Amino acid sequence: MATHHLAQVNIATLRHPLDGPELAGFVAQLEPINALADAAPGFVWRLQTEDGDATAIRPFDDERIMVNLSVWSSLEALRAFVYASRHLGVMRHRRAWFTRMADPYLALWWVPAGTVPTVAEARRRLQLLARSGPTPAAFTFRDPFPEPTGDSAGRSR
Amino acid sequence: MALPFTMVAMDGAPTDRDLAAIGLLQDPVRRALYEHVVAAGGEVSRNQAAEAAGVGRGLAAFHLDKLVEAGLLEASFRRLSGRRGPGAGRPAKLYRRAAGEVAASLPPRTYETAAHLLAETVEQTGADLELQAAARRAGVRAGRRQPREGGLAVERLLAARGYEPYRDGAAVRLRNCPFANLSGEFPVLVCAMNLSLIEGLLEGVGEPPGRAVMDPAPGRCCVAVTSKDNQD
Repeated sequence: MATHHLAQVNIATLRHPLDGPELAGFVAQLEPINALADAAPGFVWRLQTEDGDATAIRPFDDERIMVNLSVWSSLEALRAFVYASRHLGVMRHRRAWFTRMADPYLALWWVPAGTVPTVAEARRRLQLLARSGPTPAAFTFRDPFPEPTGDSAGRSR
Repeated sequence: MALPFTMVAMDGAPTDRDLAAIGLLQDPVRRALYEHVVAAGGEVSRNQAAEAAGVGRGLAAFHLDKLVEAGLLEASFRRLSGRRGPGAGRPAKLYRRAAGEVAASLPPRTYETAAHLLAETVEQTGADLELQAAARRAGVRAGRRQPREGGLAVERLLAARGYEPYRDGAAVRLRNCPFANLSGEFPVLVCAMNLSLIEGLLEGVGEPPGRAVMDPAPGRCCVAVTSKDNQD
């Protein structure tokens, strides 16, 4: 049994209001893609309100920024969902829906199995990635770090 | 296509190993064996490969092992009967296409490095939609150049471009991602580019572009061509 799970945060800045015609394609995919995630091998948890998604959570000063926060059993499980499922087909429209961000918009880190991260924690991980580049405490798909062997949860190794 | 993460291939002059591997395929028997294993899309036994190439089992084994040595195929041992323990028999030696790439360009051309730098730049500038539009145009041009005679123009075109199409029910799936290293590193960017390219190919041969859909799964190209138009 794995002692750690992989936490994932990504943020996206809406180009247009969520309830407008420009985002209709995105909104239409929310439910099926979230259902796909929930049923995906290795899915553990995702941030959501009673609407069943996290689109109402706007934790940044810029209220156009939405957040995705989830936990997976492994990097491979998350990668398979993100890049080798119907989710990939949705992401190809990302530039029509979201503006490009100069700062890191995705961060990964290991959490002790059975715990889930907070939004504040996720923000810190993104800031850490922006400040220090990929480290065990905040990394990316392109520069991953292995699951910690101890119980340090990627703080320092 | 979502392949396991691959290292960025370092371009350069072809190595002796690359040239030797390609040279091996000059032999018609080896070439036939290699092509049979590739077309099978999975593991192939010595007997199956020998039968397909029309040669004896011993000769097939000799050539298959040469292909393994050269890094073109990978071998594994498995019991085909599913039985275990004493009396289950010796495990069979099975062959599949090796994951690594063999490439040689003379004079040396280093497109891989250029492609990674360009992809990185497109990613950083967020020019996904411009890339998709360029891919669509390139696909249309290539499709229009395709000779029209006979049916299955789409499949021939995809085969000629290295996608290795195969039938899966009513859909045509693609065994090979021609951009594998690049799509491993920039999946969203490159798979979307690939879909646009194939939409363009369809348009160019007079087929509905909506037949191309994103349908990724581990171990194959992210795009499938369905029998009907899926345009929404």
